[in-house]
Amino acid sequence: MSEFTLKLRRYDPESGEPAYWDEHTVELEPHRSVLEAILQARALHDGSIGIRCSCRAAICGSCGVRVNGKPGLACQTHLDKAQRGAPDGVIEVQPMGNMPVIKDLIVDMDAVHWKKIQQVTPWLAPKLPVPEREYLVEHEAMVDVTQSMACIQCGACVSDCLSMEVDPEFVGPAALAKAYRFVGDPRDDRTAERLQELTDDPHGIYDCTHCFKCIDACPKGVAPMSQIMRLRRRAGSDFHIEDPNNGERHERAFVSLVKQYGLLNEAELLPRSYGGDSPLAKFKPAAAKELASSLPAIAKALLRRKVTPQTALRPHKLPASDLKAIRHIYDTVEGRPDRVELNLYISGRDEDLT
Amino acid sequence: MPSHDVLIIGAGLAGQRAALAAAEVGASVAILSKVHPVRSHSVAAAGGMNAAIALDDDWTSHAYDTVKGSDFLGDQDAIEIMCSEAPGEVMHLEHIGVTFYRNETGHLDLRAFGGASKKRTAYVADITGQAILHVLYEQLIRHHATIDRFEEWFVTSLILDDDGGCAGAVARDIRSGDMQIFNAKSVILASGGAGQCYKPTTNALICTADGIAQAYAIGAPLMDMEMVQYHPTTLAENGFLITEGARGEGAHLLNSEGRRFMEDYAPNKMELASRDVVSRAEQTEINEGRGVGADGQGIYLDITVVPRKRVLEALREIVNIGRDFAGTDITREPIVIRPGQHYIMGGVKTDVDGATPVTGLYAAGEVACVSVHGGNRLGANSLLDTLIFGRRAGEHAAKRATDIPPPSAPESRLRADVARIDAIIARERGGRRVSAIKDELGTMMNQKVAVYRDEEGLQEAHETILRLTEESDAAAIDDRGTVFNQDVLGAIELGYLLDCAQATVVAAIERKESRGAQFRTDYPERDDAEWLKHIDLQRDEDGNPEVSYSDVTITQWQPEVRKY
Repeated sequence: MSEFTLKLRRYDPESGEPAYWDEHTVELEPHRSVLEAILQARALHDGSIGIRCSCRAAICGSCGVRVNGKPGLACQTHLDKAQRGAPDGVIEVQPMGNMPVIKDLIVDMDAVHWKKIQQVTPWLAPKLPVPEREYLVEHEAMVDVTQSMACIQCGACVSDCLSMEVDPEFVGPAALAKAYRFVGDPRDDRTAERLQELTDDPHGIYDCTHCFKCIDACPKGVAPMSQIMRLRRRAGSDFHIEDPNNGERHERAFVSLVKQYGLLNEAELLPRSYGGDSPLAKFKPAAAKELASSLPAIAKALLRRKVTPQTALRPHKLPASDLKAIRHIYDTVEGRPDRVELNLYISGRDEDLT
Repeated sequence: MPSHDVLIIGAGLAGQRAALAAAEVGASVAILSKVHPVRSHSVAAAGGMNAAIALDDDWTSHAYDTVKGSDFLGDQDAIEIMCSEAPGEVMHLEHIGVTFYRNETGHLDLRAFGGASKKRTAYVADITGQAILHVLYEQLIRHHATIDRFEEWFVTSLILDDDGGCAGAVARDIRSGDMQIFNAKSVILASGGAGQCYKPTTNALICTADGIAQAYAIGAPLMDMEMVQYHPTTLAENGFLITEGARGEGAHLLNSEGRRFMEDYAPNKMELASRDVVSRAEQTEINEGRGVGADGQGIYLDITVVPRKRVLEALREIVNIGRDFAGTDITREPIVIRPGQHYIMGGVKTDVDGATPVTGLYAAGEVACVSVHGGNRLGANSLLDTLIFGRRAGEHAAKRATDIPPPSAPESRLRADVARIDAIIARERGGRRVSAIKDELGTMMNQKVAVYRDEEGLQEAHETILRLTEESDAAAIDDRGTVFNQDVLGAIELGYLLDCAQATVVAAIERKESRGAQFRTDYPERDDAEWLKHIDLQRDEDGNPEVSYSDVTITQWQPEVRKY
């Protein structure tokens, strides 16, 4: 048994008082969970501590919180690890972010998370005619969608999503992972429509900024960002869906600039994203218009010395051998007959392979 | 006051399936749950769902295995219905989106499970319950126009009308504290089991016998309450479930001598004998000094004999559980398990349409006792039970509701419940804490009403429950608020648990034989002449359980010696 001190973020909506910190010390074995510690504090000291919880085994998804600022399940976070991660040894537990707090550690998931789930037509649209027995589909296809089926709707990814913080209308990591669960399902009849909707929506798949936060946050290995990237590859590469919000062209510009220069050439990125994937893009009206509208931002960047005129106009240069090595990566990846998609249930985590 | 044709209490698999079936018949439906539906404990069902869908299988074989698994206490008419309707139900789930794993020809794959004479368990990795629950919830979202969802509402009482029929329920909106009457022509209880009577248990914190106690309180009979299943593989560390799918995929049980001891108890089925048999074997090994682990109270489950790729693909969840909760990589070393409370075969007595003897009141899923599980439930038959009898209850309750006017639900019940909650909140501090009483109950039940039982222990258990019930009436709480007052709900749940525990103990004292999950060391044999019958319990006028008996329905399988 060891002693652990918890600092809980409390909020009583009926008191008229702002949120405050509440400390409790509990005795538990170090490998026990933060949830067990909170429940012990509730059982022995203060029955009014509010937290949703049920299974205690990381399956029901009720106890999403932030421990030392990092979102996850309280029941899955070990006390010793949480203590090591706390600057002063006091484990800090707060409600999840990006969602309104109802009481103490309880947030309003209906207002954000479940509303977004409803946006992705979250049910199978079965191909017709429905067979008498099961649909015949490949074993791998069902194993593949299991990674997104494994989502327990805990909201940890929503809590930490940077894009949603900037754009609250972003469909978000959990709902888009759910969308992949249907797009990846060979029994679904709405693949093209689903991808079209998610592409057309200015808050859809191209609103994600690849920050990896949701992958870190997810307690079940769903890797929502990877599912979003798979949706993009299905939409752009497989269904050739034009993105009216320039997300797909922006991505292409990234890929071809890195292929050409070995590193990103920022000055070329914006014109190519809007004017097409060519050095002449900056002379296209669409690009010129976007460039003009971006002048204030560019001016600010120059003023704050984030870029200099020199670095902006002269691309980075890599040694020829490095550039060759980069091109080799492109040749290998693009030369494969089929796209390789990583999947937890098929290939496991890296540590599974050792 | 919300008013519907059908009110469903509980939104796990049985409740959601009932809601969808009732809506399809054309009824207006309300589904109410004390947690968000996807948090329901059905989410934890791991291994799969039985159905005779293989071309060389037959539902009568499934039915016979179930009858034998029940130690001949299951009602065979109900078992025949469940097993014959199982293949259709699996296909229905497949069509609405459940991602059942496939075999190399693209058909549904089937895995082996305990007590089954064939591979007949359809599955999604080891998250089958989660997969089905989430797909049903997708359908609830889809059918939002006909199914009203009341998420995070807590039922405090069922309401009887003047004719003694069920007219609805009183419930509290957990978020606001608002109390309301839900008026309904038919009410379906689908609020799950009672695992929290025990500590440890595989069951979630929400499994607090709510429906069992609520139905019992209005005079509905309970049946088979003595039959409490101990699952053979729960984590020694904390009682979490390790799916039977592990043994289905080939894992071994080993004692301290490193021997597969099941050859002494069930030489044919070995680790895949029925759960009561395997749990008893483990407990015997432990009691005779061949246990493992620091305190010698465990048994090794060796999953390393299953190919690693297969474990990662089909048993991913228990890889996570081993890693997160036992610090063990189950693909590389055995994990220490022991038998632990998992399921109650008993519950509110119903017919094959889910109807209870109280007019207008139905029950389905773990809260109910049809009885398809009798003395012992087979693994992967519980998902099936929830879905088949959830659907049948939904259909029947909806059809019944089409022809009758809404009953009148007296306001007095609402006023009484509001007063009851106010009184709990206003209790003076000084009594024992709710958590302390609950802890003592669970620990005691796990010692005295477990795998092996005897008269002396059961009588002590009964006395303890009576004392705890008295103490619970004075147990003070801390939370004085209305928004998410989980403290006051905990106090109400404690009352439900104590009522249910009492029913379990009284029935266990009554049954003076050993059958299925009930093993009496003082009556170690099965006694068909005297005890091939159900024990029913009904609350008498003084609030005490009154025992009566009902016949076991036998259609085609006479009791025989049970060997695996």
